[in-house]
Amino acid sequence: MQVKTSLAAYTQLEKKSKITNLLLRWFLYFVLILFASYFIFPLYVMIVTSLKTMEEIRQGTLLTLPSGLNFDSWAVAWEGRGYGAGDTFLKPYFWNSIKMVVPAVFFSTFIGAMTGYVLTKWRFKGDSWVFLFLLFGCFIPFQAILLPMARTLGVLGISNSILGLVVVHTVYGIPFTTLFFRNYYVSVPTELVKAARIDGAGFFKIFFKILLPISAPIIVVTVIWQFTQIWNDFLFGSTFSFGEAAPIQVALNNMVLSSTSVKEYNVDMASAIIAGIPTLIVYVLAGKYFIRGLTSGAVKG
Amino acid sequence: MFKWLEKNLPKVVLAPAVGLISWFVYGFVLWTFYISFTNSKILPRYELWGVGNYGKLWASHKWLVAVENLFIFTSLFLIFCTVIGIILAIFLDQKIRAEGALRTIYLYPMALSFIVTGTAWKWILNPTLGIQKMFIDWGFESFTFNWLVDREMAIYTVVIAGVWQSAGFVMALFLAGLRSVEDEIVKAAKIDGAGLFTVYWKILIPMMRPVFFTSFVILVHISIKSYDLIVALTQGGPGISTTMPAMYMTQTAFHKSQVALSATSAIMMFMAVSAVIIPYLYSELRRENAS
Repeated sequence: MQVKTSLAAYTQLEKKSKITNLLLRWFLYFVLILFASYFIFPLYVMIVTSLKTMEEIRQGTLLTLPSGLNFDSWAVAWEGRGYGAGDTFLKPYFWNSIKMVVPAVFFSTFIGAMTGYVLTKWRFKGDSWVFLFLLFGCFIPFQAILLPMARTLGVLGISNSILGLVVVHTVYGIPFTTLFFRNYYVSVPTELVKAARIDGAGFFKIFFKILLPISAPIIVVTVIWQFTQIWNDFLFGSTFSFGEAAPIQVALNNMVLSSTSVKEYNVDMASAIIAGIPTLIVYVLAGKYFIRGLTSGAVKG
Repeated sequence: MFKWLEKNLPKVVLAPAVGLISWFVYGFVLWTFYISFTNSKILPRYELWGVGNYGKLWASHKWLVAVENLFIFTSLFLIFCTVIGIILAIFLDQKIRAEGALRTIYLYPMALSFIVTGTAWKWILNPTLGIQKMFIDWGFESFTFNWLVDREMAIYTVVIAGVWQSAGFVMALFLAGLRSVEDEIVKAAKIDGAGLFTVYWKILIPMMRPVFFTSFVILVHISIKSYDLIVALTQGGPGISTTMPAMYMTQTAFHKSQVALSATSAIMMFMAVSAVIIPYLYSELRRENAS
């Protein structure tokens, strides 16, 4: 009886507020769209600016559409003008970044998977302390390791090289990849592993036959996270490399800051888009995993 | 030998990660800490010199400007990201059409690097051809918006770009938090006569305490480390008006060749981050052990 009356009261309440609801919904959409325009505005400006000539840029405003699809600035940003020295363009640095990202993502993901596997399925006394010990690496401000890292790379003879950056990104990716895999494997029933051990399966066999086949989602999350972090890195790139070994973010910054000639905003914007495209594509194609990485990786790291 | 390996295989596999992190994280931080007590200039020197660098750092005008900027930036960045993030999350949680598309739009800046973000905003905010010109061309002839080149205001342009980059992330955290609340709780409150506003203000938002905590930690962490955005947007200028600690650290080390002083500033940053992170890790660990 009690339930019935309160349900009736509830529906009455719903009816009464119908008009206010409608107004509220309009307000809701208004605010949501307002913010959507704030977020989309820079991307729109970047795209239209990159398609204009400098003349059009001077005459119009940020929002004016270009007169046509003119990809000249994109060509200049990617391949330069071909006049040799002083002509900076992104193509070689884009490949530098690829050469840096692929091995660094691979090694850090692999080490993280192995570490996460041991920490959850081969537990030992004090393993949670080991995890905490590794986890703290997610949070250190990298400024506190820049100076010794620069020395170390010098001693190893790999400063100012792509190999050096691969090492740096692999090492400082381990805390994150470990966190991802550890949190994923913790929810895999340990009974599976125990049963396999009784059947005589060894350490690696259990990993490759039982855990790896069900790891696809977390591998995707980890690879996307690492890819985005390393591709977007500027601090390590700008500190440990210069000139020809620089990754794309460093090259982009140099291009935009170079004050040799007249400022070409269209080329700047085309360059910025080129430097952002790979991670944007990943985000659009695999947004779900991207967000999962952000919320679980960044929730703790 | 073989038997030993078989027995200790898990620990052998764990060794690379532990070894690398011990050396490259803890060892390096200790090295930096040690160097902050020496008198190193271009090259590290290992004779101890004392705490002089700490005094020198806190007497440095540039460092004080950097710290002040960090406080301004962090507080505004926190407030705006959190407020915008919560509003967007609550509004999106009302069975909105095209929720997926809107979410994608709010969050995509997170996929871009701070260099790309800085480059874009630098162009938008430049007084000659950017927003200022847009409004003037629209007929607001006395419109001025030159914060980017104004010593007093430039730090706020960093806030604008930073919030643009990170607010969507806070939205994602809160949306996930709101979605994990049981429907029954909201329904029960409505039956008791609570309006939508009351439901959020009195019940749901207080329930989001862990999400507040998490986003606070992450945002503070981002802001203490912020370097790229400043490099791309203002290069610390005009003058030194937008310098931040991370920038002070690299400039002191690599342009001014004051290695010890630079290490000192890095240690101050490390301590600031630790002050936020250690309590956080501690509470996370306790929560995990409790469940």
